[in-house]
Amino acid sequence: MRPVYLDNNATTQPAPEVLDAQQPFLTTMWGNPSSMHEFGGQVRRYVEKAREQVASLIGADPSEIIFTGCGTEGDNTAILGSVAADQALRHVITSRVEHPAVLAPCRHLAANGHYVTELAVDSMGRIDETELIEALQAGGKALTSIMWANNETGVVFPIRRIAEKVKQFGGTMHSDAIQAAGKLSIDVRSVPVDLLTLSGHKIHAPKGIGALYIRKGVRIRPLLLGGHQEVNRRAGTENVAGIVALGAACEIAQRALHADHNRIAALRDRLEHGILERCSDVRINGDQKQRLPNTSSISFAYIEGEAILYDLSDAGIAASSGSACTSGSLEPSHVLRTMGVPFTMVNGSIRFSLSRYTTAAEIAHVLEVLPKVVDRLRSLSPFSATT
Amino acid sequence: MWDYSEKVMDHFRHPRNVGVIEDASGIGEVGSLACGDALKLTFKLGEDDRIADAKFQTFGCASAIASSSALTEMIKGMTVDEAERVTNQDIAEFLGGLPEQKMHCSVMGREALEQAIANYRGESPSKKMLAGEVVCNCFGITEDEVRRAIRENALTSIEQITHYTKAGGGCRQCHPQLAAILENEQANAATPALPADAAGRSGGRLTNLQKIRRIEEVMERDIRPQLRKDGGDIELIDVDGNRVLVALRGMCANCQVSQFTLKDVVEARLREYVTAELVVEEQS
Repeated sequence: MRPVYLDNNATTQPAPEVLDAQQPFLTTMWGNPSSMHEFGGQVRRYVEKAREQVASLIGADPSEIIFTGCGTEGDNTAILGSVAADQALRHVITSRVEHPAVLAPCRHLAANGHYVTELAVDSMGRIDETELIEALQAGGKALTSIMWANNETGVVFPIRRIAEKVKQFGGTMHSDAIQAAGKLSIDVRSVPVDLLTLSGHKIHAPKGIGALYIRKGVRIRPLLLGGHQEVNRRAGTENVAGIVALGAACEIAQRALHADHNRIAALRDRLEHGILERCSDVRINGDQKQRLPNTSSISFAYIEGEAILYDLSDAGIAASSGSACTSGSLEPSHVLRTMGVPFTMVNGSIRFSLSRYTTAAEIAHVLEVLPKVVDRLRSLSPFSATT
Repeated sequence: MWDYSEKVMDHFRHPRNVGVIEDASGIGEVGSLACGDALKLTFKLGEDDRIADAKFQTFGCASAIASSSALTEMIKGMTVDEAERVTNQDIAEFLGGLPEQKMHCSVMGREALEQAIANYRGESPSKKMLAGEVVCNCFGITEDEVRRAIRENALTSIEQITHYTKAGGGCRQCHPQLAAILENEQANAATPALPADAAGRSGGRLTNLQKIRRIEEVMERDIRPQLRKDGGDIELIDVDGNRVLVALRGMCANCQVSQFTLKDVVEARLREYVTAELVVEEQS
């Protein structure tokens, strides 16, 4: 049975058109694009076409795109690579709600003598821009890395304003746009970011492929050493099938962006309104005015996220949670905690993330199942019984 | 997903003995919302001095609910002395095993049972839980609890201690202490030792669960209405021992006299109605 899949911020279904596009490169056209023979050499043209498709999605020049193995590699390369290439970058500014793929390299730099500022967010998940300016004034050339949109709450950051401020102070600007790409219009011609990370499997390409935008003139030191590929910026034989798939996925995303955006946002809103009508003691996390169209982070008081997910899974519904029990560690979501979401609500948080394949019937199914799940688990809970 | 046994899933999907026994012989409460799981266990003795009925309420993940349900089934028909010998291993075995990272759910069951028995005997409800210094501040785990889990489950690494007790699962700052405790326990285990004495001190305190519930009650009844009159509000963020972390909302968030409000209104009320040792702090 096909699940009601509402966990698209974790990964997405590869689009059928994308799989068709990549198929030849796994069957007949499996040559190495660097080879000096036509069998391999012909493949190069498809790699370059994909580069144009990716560049087009974000308004970049194809020469500014390199392909990576995943979003994490893109973030690591952007942060560690630009600091390694520029001795003057001693200060790194980021936010407390970044993905671990950004936070971990920043903390690695902090442990190795760099000065790192982690900007706080308010209870709606928004960055305080005056705090950013203070950090930029604090001294030295800074690398600033702020995500375009948050993976847990969907909150969208004012990246254009942030990037303009960073450039005013002569710093370098990176944005992890993994969740925003394909959902929001991104144009590096009007937003002065220097580096921007993309990931394939969040936009209906398969796992194992990503891209990093590096503005012309910005220097990075590669993480992988060994080959000349990607103009010496990313060694390793190209994942041609993945690259072609990413290109195709970007082209579809660009074409469908506006129609997808409105349809998905309408379904998400229907889901949220339905839950608020049917369940008590619920709160929606994050700034609802500045949010990705597909994401909803909802907390249910008195009950725990893993239990909700297992009950939903029994009903064929896939979602995720910020609760401690689902995080793999014992700590609940760092994003919701730093937003000051009361602990009563963090452990009962559920993230629904929709995609272009989500249907109205699926949303209706969730609205039928979820209130029963919440009632059942609350009937077991020592907290709800006394209130 | 976790690799839960059929029996865990069965007890999660169809929990046995949910609820509270009103005229219980013993009541045990452990855990808190902050920890991510909590369990209230009540049992009633029959005329034959065996446990005639047991009920539970659990806030927690699938394995926490299953462990609680299993526990109530296990202790029915036992004498109190027999129930006292139930270990967390027994609970896990009854369920056909638990993933190691979830063993703390079985430990929570055993702790609630212990408290319920202590309550039945008229001992202080939480004397065993509060014994010893707190090692892990993130989850409020004491040295005695850690030592006991090491002994009863023959643990050999810090990672295992975290899986069984949660200690060390947060900021990790207590890892050096946990390593020292582990080394010490392993040295003791090498030489045959006297049975562990887990009994402790301290009397008549509120369990964490009771404390949270009372704090929330007092906030709702006496504090919120006052703040709301001025367009403000307050949220309870965390309770860590006697430290109560709150966030002021609305008009209160930017209010110049909010420190006054916090100490002279919030803290004073909570001290009056909950316990005098509480310290209220604003989340930074």
